[in-house]
Amino acid sequence: MSEKKTKRRDFLFTATTAVGAVGAAAVVWPMIDQMNPDASVKALASTEVDVSSLTPGNTLTVLWRGKPVFIRRRTQKEIDEARNVKMEDLIHPEKDEDRAKNPEWLVMLGVCTHLGCVPLNDKGDYNGWFCPCHGSHYDTSGRIRKGPAPWNMEVPKYEFVDANTIKIG
Amino acid sequence: MSDHDYRPKSKVGQWFNDRLPLLTLANHLTDYPTPKNLNYWWTFGGILTFCLITQIVTGLTLAMHYIAHADMAFESVEHIMRDVNYGWLIRYIHANGASMFFLAVYIHIFRSLFYGSYKAPREIIWIIGIIIYLLMMAAAFMGYVLPWGQMSFWGATVITNLFSAIPLVGEGIVTWLWGGYSVDNPTLTRFFTLHYLIPFLILGLVVLHIWALHVPGNNNPVGIDVKKPSKDTVPFHPYIVIKDGFALLMFMIVFAFFVFYAPNILGHADNYIEANPMVTPAHIVPEWYLLPFYAILRSVPDKLLGVVAMLSAILILAVLPWLDTSKIRSAVFRPLYKQFYWILVADVLILGYVGAMPAEGLYLLIARVATAYYFLHFLVILPVLGFKEKTLPVPLSITEPVLGGPLNLAAARNKESKIE
Repeated sequence: MSEKKTKRRDFLFTATTAVGAVGAAAVVWPMIDQMNPDASVKALASTEVDVSSLTPGNTLTVLWRGKPVFIRRRTQKEIDEARNVKMEDLIHPEKDEDRAKNPEWLVMLGVCTHLGCVPLNDKGDYNGWFCPCHGSHYDTSGRIRKGPAPWNMEVPKYEFVDANTIKIG
Repeated sequence: MSDHDYRPKSKVGQWFNDRLPLLTLANHLTDYPTPKNLNYWWTFGGILTFCLITQIVTGLTLAMHYIAHADMAFESVEHIMRDVNYGWLIRYIHANGASMFFLAVYIHIFRSLFYGSYKAPREIIWIIGIIIYLLMMAAAFMGYVLPWGQMSFWGATVITNLFSAIPLVGEGIVTWLWGGYSVDNPTLTRFFTLHYLIPFLILGLVVLHIWALHVPGNNNPVGIDVKKPSKDTVPFHPYIVIKDGFALLMFMIVFAFFVFYAPNILGHADNYIEANPMVTPAHIVPEWYLLPFYAILRSVPDKLLGVVAMLSAILILAVLPWLDTSKIRSAVFRPLYKQFYWILVADVLILGYVGAMPAEGLYLLIARVATAYYFLHFLVILPVLGFKEKTLPVPLSITEPVLGGPLNLAAARNKESKIE
């Protein structure tokens, strides 16, 4: 076989394989992407909550995107506790001032960052939340203090539409 | 093996077999030379086949009545229990059948560990077995989600969240698995589809598992290579078929006890409460057969490392044939390994126990020690033992220890070579 012929074969072989691979990937992608959140799921992006009935020291739990959201109206004691913590003592250092713009109101996803359970109110070693599944303790700012969870409970995008209504998402 | 010489007696049989040699296969399966000293621990292969077929048949019938929708799944299961003719029976067989399946597979795996069945030349059989075991866990987990009770929902949440431990892409993978921002209807429908698919994948792998087994033939309690066919073997039918059949009957008594007298004892009462995304049950635990791995997951304080440890605990089994450096298969001739074997059994049982307890205080300490020992067994003890252990003399044939003494040894050898 001459050298020229071999090269021609090699080129055809590589080109055919490459086109085949691109074609296969193009067919496989829709099969994978169909499992991602669909249009109807994405459409439920925001929810408005009336918080007028909430008194200090109580928590309202609402469902947003299938997940519980804690809305806590904090007492002065809880705010002081949350704001007087040294950053060195935190596993995931975040200032309470950044988590709760209005110190009286703490809004966060009620989902443990370990494996997704819903932590219990007013429990645990830091008077905040305690996750019953694998024993993570959160403080009054929803920050992880002890246990296997890696991060603080997530603060979603939210805003006060008026004095009594919070819009989440 | 004398398969190739087989020729059906009838003309029709010959005509058919020349075109599709199914009768040759049937003949191979009945004549298949099996070591004559197989004990009852070897009957669990047949029992597992029975379990798989039971799950497939009951699963198919349940699927005719079940509705995979977040709003209707819980009620449709109650409908099966109350309205469908014998629905309660079929569902209890299916639910307890999963537990029975795992009971049998654990005995099957630990039999392999004791008699060294995973060693050369049976590594591929073993690895296929581990893949089957992984698929069984996936099928069991997804099946447990389908009734859409509290444990279904939160079990699904916790297990799928394991993937969020993967750096960078973890959250994206979890959203993709869920088809949303939490476990919800899209998750349920895809779990139902996969739960339906996996048993048939297992069935295919079981065929490969048995095919790979029939190449070298069965290991045996003495753990030596056996000449086939010889004085050391008996035909699979009727000898092993009868023995397997008797063991299966005994197993079915245990099975029937759970189905008829304690159908809910292996489940959780919380799963009779419909799924509620707002409230996590106070004490969430997986089914009993996953508890040892759950204990390993919880014993590591770091999220990613905990998941890595749990997966490693299962995957380490796949490389076991190369971690065990001993050339002797059966623990009968390995006095030290035999002791470590029983310590491992105890260790796994302890892990299972602490996996069901709250992860705090003494339980957490025990879980950590037991987890460390589990890995120590496979990564340090087994490799070292192969070099250090003084093993007992291994007989040359299965017949030798029965006939006894070196006097008969020469005779036994002669006979074997004649048959060969």
